[in-house]
Amino acid sequence: MTPQSTGPLVEVRDLTVEFDREGDPVRAVDGLSFTLGEGRALALVGESGSGKSTVAGALLGLHRGTGARVTGTVRVGGIDVADADPAELRRLRGGVAAMVFQDPLSALDPYYAVGDQIAEVYRIHAGGSRRDARARAVEVLDRVGIPDAARRSRSRPHEFSGGMRQRTLLAMALACEPRLIVADEPTTALDVTVQAQILDLLHELRRETGTALLLVTHDVGVAAESVDDVLVMRGGREVERGPVSGVLGAPSEPYTRRLLTAVPRLDGPVRPATAAPAGEPLLEAVGLRREFGRGKRAVTAVDGVSLTVHAGETLGVVGESGSGKTTLGRMLVRLLDPTGGRLRYGGAEIGALSERELRPYRRELQMVFQDPVASLNPRRSVGESIADPLRAAGERDETRIRSRVRELLDRVGLEPDRYEAYPHEFSGGQRQRVGIARALAAEPRVIVCDEPVSALDVTTQAQVTALLAELQAELGLGLVFIAHDLAVVRQVSDRVAVMRGGRIVEQGTVREVYGAPQDPYTRRLLAAVPSVDPAHAAERRGRRQELAAA
Amino acid sequence: MTRYVLKRLAGAALVLLALSVLVYALFYVAPGDPARLACGERCNPQQIAQVRERLGLNESVVAQYLHFLQGVFTGRDYSTGTSVVHCDAPCLGLSYQNDQQVTRLIMERLPATASLALGALVVWLVIGVGTGLLSALRRGGPTERILTVLTLAATGTPVFILGLLLLMVVCAYLQWLPFPSYVPLGEDPEQWAWNMLLPWLTLGFFESAKYARLTRSSTLETLAEDHIRTFRAYGVGERAVVTRHALRGAVPPVIAISAVDLGYMFGGAVLTESLFGIPGLGKTLLEGVRSIDLPVVVGVVMVMGVAVVLAGVVADLLYAAADRRVVLT
Repeated sequence: MTPQSTGPLVEVRDLTVEFDREGDPVRAVDGLSFTLGEGRALALVGESGSGKSTVAGALLGLHRGTGARVTGTVRVGGIDVADADPAELRRLRGGVAAMVFQDPLSALDPYYAVGDQIAEVYRIHAGGSRRDARARAVEVLDRVGIPDAARRSRSRPHEFSGGMRQRTLLAMALACEPRLIVADEPTTALDVTVQAQILDLLHELRRETGTALLLVTHDVGVAAESVDDVLVMRGGREVERGPVSGVLGAPSEPYTRRLLTAVPRLDGPVRPATAAPAGEPLLEAVGLRREFGRGKRAVTAVDGVSLTVHAGETLGVVGESGSGKTTLGRMLVRLLDPTGGRLRYGGAEIGALSERELRPYRRELQMVFQDPVASLNPRRSVGESIADPLRAAGERDETRIRSRVRELLDRVGLEPDRYEAYPHEFSGGQRQRVGIARALAAEPRVIVCDEPVSALDVTTQAQVTALLAELQAELGLGLVFIAHDLAVVRQVSDRVAVMRGGRIVEQGTVREVYGAPQDPYTRRLLAAVPSVDPAHAAERRGRRQELAAA
Repeated sequence: MTRYVLKRLAGAALVLLALSVLVYALFYVAPGDPARLACGERCNPQQIAQVRERLGLNESVVAQYLHFLQGVFTGRDYSTGTSVVHCDAPCLGLSYQNDQQVTRLIMERLPATASLALGALVVWLVIGVGTGLLSALRRGGPTERILTVLTLAATGTPVFILGLLLLMVVCAYLQWLPFPSYVPLGEDPEQWAWNMLLPWLTLGFFESAKYARLTRSSTLETLAEDHIRTFRAYGVGERAVVTRHALRGAVPPVIAISAVDLGYMFGGAVLTESLFGIPGLGKTLLEGVRSIDLPVVVGVVMVMGVAVVLAGVVADLLYAAADRRVVLT
């Protein structure tokens, strides 16, 4: 295919996109301009609501016919996206520029085999027989590393793991040999080791085919590993743009600097070393087990885990999805019953207590959940939600409840007067603060936080982890901080346990585990974490290959 | 899967047993004397007593019920005064009214009910799914608004009103069709179809409203899903997006609910059958209730129970076949 014009592959000038949200116009993108040359890679980096995904959609004309108001010019491969006739637009989509979507679970049709879906797209652009298209699908699936591609091409998406689905989406993008790949958060839903594999694959494919890349991501590290240039967005506008080393290495704008400081990094500050915890642990698990299902279908989610949590200490639990960390967390507060092992709290055996016997301990063991949207009842005011543990503990005096809730709201940095407000009136970070206030209401001594910040933007993340640390110092709480993000865990924990397949493969102080990891799995995990420093990207890529080969 | 089916069938057997107990119990407490009704108007007390003895109504309810169960599993003999009639298993008893074997009666009436139900199924699938799909595609436009009004009207109109209107317009006023009278399929297929046309349309129209709404909402739901966006972003045309991808997602619930509805109709669409004089199970049940003909009522209710329970299993199997993510355990 010859370029139809001599201009850059992508040219965006004064792009503005406006939506109507509940009758009010919202300007998602506000006068953005940039260009992307043939074979180059640009990352749009920003927090949620910065308009970065909207820009990606605009490149393929996905806003046409949706009621969004788009002004300015977008030219991709010489095609004016706003004016292109439907046939030209279809050629653009997939033929010139192919999109790789976020959340690979729902981005593929659940009812058709993955090979057929790729073949369907291929035939639109390349024509040819069904059989040829099918052969091409197998070829690209093989190229992105799906093992036994001919057979697996007949699988439905749900039979694939998250990583394989993301590879499939990449294969779909490759199928028609586009000149540009637009990747919208292509690795956000994946485990860190899988993310590294996908990013490495993307890198390799681009080197091979010379395809240009527009990468949309909230993760500065992902951008640093993958692109030549970075455009930092905020509120629909450009904050800063330039070569990746310049923008991430020596940012000139205060917002970029703030963003970079908030990103937890493996070489960032850690908690000041505390004296080794003395005395009796607050919470102690010995050989804790949990199976789900019976007979042949039985799955052991947690397989003999032993750990201790002392007052005033944070134990980080890190692991990839399916490692059993959430099951463990729920057992620690007895939301789930262990099927084996012992659980001691404050010297008492609580692993096998009945619900009635457990009552006195309930309030002292609390939990903060991952999804601040799903863990608050949308039909009850946040004040009522925070008051729940108080009422459960037997408090009946309305004025006392109210004043305690006000106090708690104030303590977590929310306005004390918002008792009557509903969850949807709060931002994600504020909702997580409500979740923390609810956990604090019962005056607990141990709080298990299950991925408390993974749904939040980095700047909000930093605020919430700071709040947790502050509360811990003030109240002497024992914290269990469960997360998949190794850098966050490193930043907030005193000691760390690395989980894999229901077991703890390595446990120790932050300095021990991160400084001199003993277990090969820990080493692989650490090597997979994207570095914010683009200079190290190539070096780290080499190191990952070494570890994979070993 | 086989295990799942066996488990469900075992459950079904329990349901049917419970159902039979319930029906027996209900009739025991209900007012009215089956013997008097069976004997006729001019019977004297002595004759009624004889009938009562012959029908086994003098036995305790528990004994009657156990005899019934015995008949179902092993068959039983009935004495009709002069001779002994053997009733093979599964024997649901003899009608109090005319000593006919209930099992045979049901087998005679089943084809009419099946004709009605299967024909109506075709009507509601074509009209319901078609309307639903159309209103999903034209959402927000005048077409959708008109279709919504029509579906709401159809849902709100009782079957007997709808049927009467059709009868009046098509048969009486326009005289396009003769007033329907049931002709068995085996006798004359063409006459069968012409005579069933109105009943099919009546029942099918009524049901199709539900399917239109179901199809509309599940198509819209699928259209809003992320994978639809994927195919649009790859230049797949709007028509292919809708027919290949969006409609595909709307199919499983329609299949599953159809199977359940069909099951209910195999128990007899009482109103439609009565209105059009179709000698099916629904009509049989109505007559049985009127004359307190316990064996007939129990028999038909058992068939309904079997149909509904089987339909549930079939619906689950079809759903799992249509959506491979579903695993039956």
